[in-house]
Amino acid sequence: MRRYLGLLFRYRGREGTIAWAFHRISGVGVWLFVILHVIDIYLIGGNPAAYDELLAFYASPVGRVMEVLLGAALLYHALNGMRIIIIDLWPAMTVHHRKVWWANWIIFFGLGIPGAAIILLPLYRDQLDGLLRTLGVS
Amino acid sequence: MRVSPRSSGRIKPSGRGTEVAIWYLMRVTGVLLFVMALAHFSILHFIWDPAEQTSEFVTRERWNNLFWRAYDWTLLMLVLFHSFVGMRTVILDYIHGARARVIIMSSMWILAGILFVIGSLVVFTLPGLET
Repeated sequence: MRRYLGLLFRYRGREGTIAWAFHRISGVGVWLFVILHVIDIYLIGGNPAAYDELLAFYASPVGRVMEVLLGAALLYHALNGMRIIIIDLWPAMTVHHRKVWWANWIIFFGLGIPGAAIILLPLYRDQLDGLLRTLGVS
Repeated sequence: MRVSPRSSGRIKPSGRGTEVAIWYLMRVTGVLLFVMALAHFSILHFIWDPAEQTSEFVTRERWNNLFWRAYDWTLLMLVLFHSFVGMRTVILDYIHGARARVIIMSSMWILAGILFVIGSLVVFTLPGLET
């Protein structure tokens, strides 16, 4: 196990190591989902009942937590990919590489937290309604 | 893979061969996917909810027009290219035996081919398109 962790983190250099390892992990994760997603869409033509059953799982609490993880992987990979492109094509930005790295995380959480709140809404909708009633908002 | 200490991305390979073309194409498809994949995820999770997305919904609502079918097929082509070429880099990094590489890479291209065929098939043949 240590050998494999060592392989994953073998490129050494502070933020760069983390950026690189996360990029790889999120990329493989999204690739796995793409395989599932092409197969599930194919089911609409081949076996619509099986598709509806799978979608009911996607809409379940466990499914929604997995969608949040998928969205996080997608958003991280997208933002970090743009960071790589910007720094590779515009070497002058290297001076600011740390700022770009932290800006990525601000955008990641700034978009990611509201996004996760929307996806997970059915899990806490009753509590939210109760709270709003108590406060007299609705 | 040689990693750039500046960006932590892959260092651009030298020369003018396939590897350089791949290096550029990963960046071009990456930018397109930044827009198209994030928009796709946002539409189907923030505008629509998975609880509403039955096969009926896809046939009658989502894929009843040419624009979204063309959009989704373009997205499929981009993501298959970007993810399988990305996986190739990962595999070449960790699998060093010549025999293992041939077996794993052949399986990968077969899988990519299957996804290309079944994904295209459903986009082109699912009924419900209103013209």
